[in-house]
Amino acid sequence: MAGLTDITRSTVGKKLLNGLTGLLLCGFIVSHLTGNLLLLVGREAFNQYAYFLHSLGHGAVVPIMEVGLVMLFGAHAISGISVARSRRRARPDGYKKSANAGGTSRKSLASRSMIVTGTVLLIFVILHVAQFKLGWGQLRDYPDVMIDGHASVDLYSRVVDWFNWAPMVGLYVVVMLMLGNHLRHGFWSAFQTLGANNPRYENLINTAGMLFAAAMAVGFLLIPIYIFLFVEPTAGSSLAAG
Amino acid sequence: MAGNEFSVKLLIWRQSGPAQPGELASYTMDNVLPEMSLLEMLDLLNEKLTAEGIDPVAFDSDCREGICGTCGLVINGIAHGPHSGAATCEVRMRSFSDGETIVIEPFRAASFPVIKDLVVDRAAFDRIMQAGGYVSINTGSAPEANSIPVPRPHAESAMDAAACIGCAACVAACPNASASLFTSAKISQYAQLPQGRAEAKRRVVRMVDAMDEEGFGNCSNHGECEAVCPKEISIFNIGRMRREYLKAVL
Repeated sequence: MAGLTDITRSTVGKKLLNGLTGLLLCGFIVSHLTGNLLLLVGREAFNQYAYFLHSLGHGAVVPIMEVGLVMLFGAHAISGISVARSRRRARPDGYKKSANAGGTSRKSLASRSMIVTGTVLLIFVILHVAQFKLGWGQLRDYPDVMIDGHASVDLYSRVVDWFNWAPMVGLYVVVMLMLGNHLRHGFWSAFQTLGANNPRYENLINTAGMLFAAAMAVGFLLIPIYIFLFVEPTAGSSLAAG
Repeated sequence: MAGNEFSVKLLIWRQSGPAQPGELASYTMDNVLPEMSLLEMLDLLNEKLTAEGIDPVAFDSDCREGICGTCGLVINGIAHGPHSGAATCEVRMRSFSDGETIVIEPFRAASFPVIKDLVVDRAAFDRIMQAGGYVSINTGSAPEANSIPVPRPHAESAMDAAACIGCAACVAACPNASASLFTSAKISQYAQLPQGRAEAKRRVVRMVDAMDEEGFGNCSNHGECEAVCPKEISIFNIGRMRREYLKAVL
């Protein structure tokens, strides 16, 4: 008889895994955006938020969440890649002429490019963590700031300096537009995948998916663009000289 | 003649056997009438080819009234051609204009090997049905109508799923060559009725396994299948298949 291990074996199981992890990741980016919008409030607010997160549960919450996130991203990527790879095996000889059926079809640029936007986002997430969490290639040394008598990383300065560099802002803009495109199909698709879509709610889910995709893309775009336009790089940054 | 005959250019996939390479061959058909079906036009082409000593184009068809699921061509890149809710045999030549080029290809999937020209082997669907597309009961005389209550919406929804004629256009239209719409329709026609519920868990796992073993692709929720389905089977059935699968494995 079938068991939970079938989830990782069958096409339907992999798709269920992909939809579930996708929705959970939607939850993650909402919280990530909400917190990071504090960058627009100012240095104190954002660094205090960073300190607050890292002090949660005597510092245990963040590492646990990080392990969970790595598993979520990993499971979502592996199941998504398996969906995309099944195409080549299932139709080795393509059509000489292909067209969209139109009508009730939900096929779109977003749905066709999920593997492309997904791959870009996966590479981006790895580089993004290296850039801001691990501090790879940082522009200068950032001394810790004191918050409530404790030393904490000056994440605000790190972010502000990077987003004063136009190519970095451009990169984030492109990737966030891809995120919006990924969510445009992904949000609705996750509900359909989990069997939670039905004729009565389909329009609602689809509209919510469009609004969600737009809100996430615009929200994340706002941060680098706002900083580039309105926030000066910190003193000592290699960008501050110019 | 009515004087409304017109000409079309045909690009038709010719392949002499399963292992032989194929290619698009070009033909011109004159004196095409708008009232003709596309298949009747192909019949005329075959008469012409036979008279010229050329091997006629092999294609499948049977009832030619959209109910049997035997015919199936990809016409100008769309399975079953330009109309929604219609099979290949229901396509009339009035859908094309004078001088238009019509590209005709077989349903393409690794699980549907080409036998000849436009004929593909769809036995993979039969094997999916054999894996669970039935109810294990002894059939006798019809039971008393009110002894098994079936809510009207369930009966209608099951009947909508049972409208699937197994033509395989869903696979042909799917960018991933997935058989999810077919398999989910067969699962849905049983899962919503009391007679089918008893074996619902075993059925969904076996039929999904059979679908995977045949080498069909996974579903990306593009919905092209629903758009080309001659019986307009909804992709909500695919959602139901996944719910049933989740219930079976949890």
